[in-house]
Amino acid sequence: MSETTTHNGHDHAHAGHHELPFWRKYIFSVDHKVIGIQYAVTALFFLLFGFTLMMIMRWQLAYPGQPLPVIGKILGETAMPGGVMAPEFYNQLGAMHGTIMVFLGVVPLAVGGFGNFVVPLQIGAPDMAFPRLNMASYWVFLPGCVLMISSFFFPGGAAQSGWTSYPPLSDIASVGQTVWCFSMVLIITSSLLGSINFIVTIVQLRAKGLSYWRLPFFVHAQLVTAFLLLLAFPPLEAATVMQIMDRVAGTSFFLPSGLVVSGEQLKVAGGGSPLLWQHLFWFLAHPEVYVLILPAMGIVAEVIANNTRKPLWGYRLLVYSVVFLGFMSFVVWAHHMFMTGMGTTMSTFFQTTTMIISIPSVIILTCFIMSLYGGNIRFTTPMLFATAFLPMFAIGGLTGLPLGLTASDIYLHDTFYVIGHFHYVVAPGTLFALFAGVYYWFPKATGKQMNATLGKIHFWTSFVCINFVFMPMFFQGMAGLSRRLYDPTVYAHGRGVQALNVVISLGAWGLGLSQIPFIVNFFMSLKRGARVAENPWNATTLEWAAPSPPGHGNFLTEPVVYREPYEYSVPGHANDYSPQFVEGS
Amino acid sequence: MDEKVYGWWLPPDISTHGAKIDQLISVLHWFMLLLFVGWGIFFVWCLVKYRAREGHKAIYAPVHAIATKYIEGAVVVVEIFLLFGLSTPVWLAYKNTPPDEKNAAHVRIVGEQFAWNFQYPGKDGKFGKTNESLIGSDNPLGLDPDDPAGKDDIVTVNQLHFPVHKPVYVEVSSKDVIHSFNIPVLRVKQDTIPGQQIPVWFEATQAGHFELACAQLCGLGHYRMRADVLVDTPEDYAKWEAENAPPPQEAPAAAAPDTTPAPEKK
Amino acid sequence: MAEAAAHHESPIPYMVQPHPVTGIPNGKFGIWLFLASEVMLFGALFSSYVLIRTGAPHWPPEGGLTSEIVNVPLGTLNTAVLITSSITMVLSWASCKMGSLPRFKLWMAATIGLASVFLVIKYFEYKHKFDLGHFPSHDNFYAIYFTLTGLHGLHIIGGIIVNTFLLTAGSKMWTTDPEHFTNRVENAGLYWHFVDLVWIFLFPSLYLL
Ligand code: HEM
Ligand SMILES: [Cu+2]
Ligand SMILES: [Cu+2]
Repeated sequence: MSETTTHNGHDHAHAGHHELPFWRKYIFSVDHKVIGIQYAVTALFFLLFGFTLMMIMRWQLAYPGQPLPVIGKILGETAMPGGVMAPEFYNQLGAMHGTIMVFLGVVPLAVGGFGNFVVPLQIGAPDMAFPRLNMASYWVFLPGCVLMISSFFFPGGAAQSGWTSYPPLSDIASVGQTVWCFSMVLIITSSLLGSINFIVTIVQLRAKGLSYWRLPFFVHAQLVTAFLLLLAFPPLEAATVMQIMDRVAGTSFFLPSGLVVSGEQLKVAGGGSPLLWQHLFWFLAHPEVYVLILPAMGIVAEVIANNTRKPLWGYRLLVYSVVFLGFMSFVVWAHHMFMTGMGTTMSTFFQTTTMIISIPSVIILTCFIMSLYGGNIRFTTPMLFATAFLPMFAIGGLTGLPLGLTASDIYLHDTFYVIGHFHYVVAPGTLFALFAGVYYWFPKATGKQMNATLGKIHFWTSFVCINFVFMPMFFQGMAGLSRRLYDPTVYAHGRGVQALNVVISLGAWGLGLSQIPFIVNFFMSLKRGARVAENPWNATTLEWAAPSPPGHGNFLTEPVVYREPYEYSVPGHANDYSPQFVEGS
Repeated sequence: MDEKVYGWWLPPDISTHGAKIDQLISVLHWFMLLLFVGWGIFFVWCLVKYRAREGHKAIYAPVHAIATKYIEGAVVVVEIFLLFGLSTPVWLAYKNTPPDEKNAAHVRIVGEQFAWNFQYPGKDGKFGKTNESLIGSDNPLGLDPDDPAGKDDIVTVNQLHFPVHKPVYVEVSSKDVIHSFNIPVLRVKQDTIPGQQIPVWFEATQAGHFELACAQLCGLGHYRMRADVLVDTPEDYAKWEAENAPPPQEAPAAAAPDTTPAPEKK
Repeated sequence: MAEAAAHHESPIPYMVQPHPVTGIPNGKFGIWLFLASEVMLFGALFSSYVLIRTGAPHWPPEGGLTSEIVNVPLGTLNTAVLITSSITMVLSWASCKMGSLPRFKLWMAATIGLASVFLVIKYFEYKHKFDLGHFPSHDNFYAIYFTLTGLHGLHIIGGIIVNTFLLTAGSKMWTTDPEHFTNRVENAGLYWHFVDLVWIFLFPSLYLL
């Protein structure tokens, strides 16, 4: 699928200097823009796929035990006997939804897609520092994804121990878990290669005049993200290797002595520690949530500055905040483990660090809002998504407080409240920011503009539906409903909030329908979108100096940077924007 | 079964320590609501007031917003208060103040895929030794038949009894994978980690029939890993204990089957 | 090469020359970052080792002493072999610096040879354990021993592949761009020293303590 997009993106008369064969130009390309688009399209596909899994699960949650018409038949007797979802299958869908959304969807789109496409352009570089490494990282990532999806077809189905894969459950699960581990190793490797590339590129390849304080905020966010990926992923790789050893070679890294599974003593040496996995996992996975959010904040910053037509308020404060967030994200991981029985010193430490890390988020949000103040706000499609990001991220962030404080977490841990909390951060938060990014940079990538009417329909329907999906989850969580329940009506408190499950499911399916305008818009604009020049949004940052779409090597003349990134509405100027790359005061 | 109706907010709290947790949760949500609404009004006002229109221009010079500093400062202060004023004391009390051994009712709780096993020490107040190699279908906990302390132990499956108004001291563990011991109305939750015995304690203020729900994904039957929680009046509890105490000299495990309702199907 | 042609008009800066601020070219920077992530990888494994070991009632779990399970003389020999290979690696880089390709080839071949010797010795150690029926599943000592040394072994193999490339096809660059080639040798060397360093941690913690 990626070929069609990139093809349309590049058969522009301008890029006519070298004739590379088709497969070198569009498939095994070393051009950061092609790779970025490959990542983005792959990731968008997986976002849709992971979301579809959830839409299927939502049937079982809304109407437990009732056969799912049509689709139930298609999915076959093992997964859906008599059209009714089997609990094993529910768990597979849940685990794969989480894994796919995080590792195959959001991160590849935010970092692999936007990072690759935009960062070299925004810093005025001809390409990434290591183009072939960049290609390698995509071609390690893609087999990882394919392997992950293929796990549905292994005996016993896909991984079903949650995206967190806690042992001993994951150690004794069916072979799909081994496949999960191997694909994670590939995906992690790809991310490591990518993050090295980003850091070197940002540090070494900035255009003349582009000092750190002149970098667009998006680049700062990507730089911090790359450091998080570089340093947080290896421990998960180590943990995954140990889990593979446990599963394949029969070791006991995560298995204590004396386990009895289904009445049989487990024949392993024992002596391992189940909590060891959790520590290693969350050592990655907490920084990972910042990997999910920082690039999104970067996009929002770009779109807000561009559409309010004024400089970002508190640009330096924003940069300090993300750097601080980056550091702090390494020392909060055990707030996911308050209920594992840790000592009070440790838990007090981790709840304190968690409260500290909430401060920079408050500052970031304040800066964004203050950026609206005094602006001249154009409500373009990207701006609608970026604007909506703010209150949605605020809800996600605020509801993190009760989960980060140990006493309230006793009650809320592992309930639907948690699901509501992090989805507000990643779905109407990050995902909306990513949509803003797609609408914002689509013209740069393809030379065509996306349709604004369809964009607005996409935004408003998604915005309404998504709140129907996630808002009720807070109430379910408050009522004490555990997450990952195949049938919540087993419990009296679950029956009390079952009506909300119907609301959520209707919201989710509505959200699914709301994506149709986007998909139509995407392909239609590729074919028939209005052609645009270099700088359709009247923006100030360097990517808008390059042709749309940029050819190989990006810029026609070597760009030089003369000023700060967001010089909009400078008094005494005819235009309300003064690009970084245009000389003169 | 007397079905209680649960609503869309916190279920009733029947524990002695839960009021403080509920208080924290409600203070937190008022605080969140206040911030969100205050901030939302300003946000919407900005969007309306500064929308692009004829003759309108953006202000280049950064506004000096002292107010934001105060608000951020206030958030910090409130968070410090929440952290050290409300959360930590409750948590420390919850974790560090076990009830007096002698006054408490003791239960050992062992999770397994997909059931909860409960072991009560019986009249002697001592738990019988267990050994995983003895676990079988008629001996779910692997009670050692040679241990005299275990002779009077009561073992139940998916049914937890304890007296009201008396501290209960439980030790949770698991045979196989990680589960989570979670009784929403009691505001207790503790992951059960195989290979570890983790103590938890609480005291109920109200007798009745409630639910224990597993809170940690533990496999395909996770959703139905529930147990009935029966908070008895002292009289009922004594009666239950007497009825279920194993007859002298008989292997304790024999008492288990008749207190073992089949896991409830939905 | 098609690649070189494609990038001809807009060469990527600092591929060979050091960046004025960081003082190093891209490749070296990349290698340092890679090594940072490797430190996290082995660091996580070492911490897991420490955690499991301190949690065990006895170490090694089967009783006795570690030195009775592993072959300390062979381990010591292997340590010497690896340290020597690090020295030959430095010499091969120094030869490039001094402009002698033949000497580079000699030292590089020696490095690869020593690395192979390391693997052969490791093979005999593994084989002995397998002959006794001691697989990773035997107990957590073996689990850790095989996982750590196995992962380290994979790094050695990776190093051999890179070095062999530099010795053979890669050395063609010497005629076109000796400076770039020297940088590559230096980067491979950095990696090699790291792999060596990991062993220097592994050896005492697995064989001696
Ligand atoms: C936008 C549409 C989405 C919907 C309707 C949705 C819905 C859900 C629901 C209902 C659950 C809970 C399932 C259960 O506990 O049984 C869940 C779990 C989860 N979701 Fe989503 N989600 C969406 C998007 C996302 C995104 C964008 C991400 C991540 C970046 C994500 C990551 C996760 C994760 C990590 C879990 C936990 C999986 C587990 O329990 O192992 N979701 N989602
Ligand atoms: Cu976290
Ligand atoms: Cu469970």
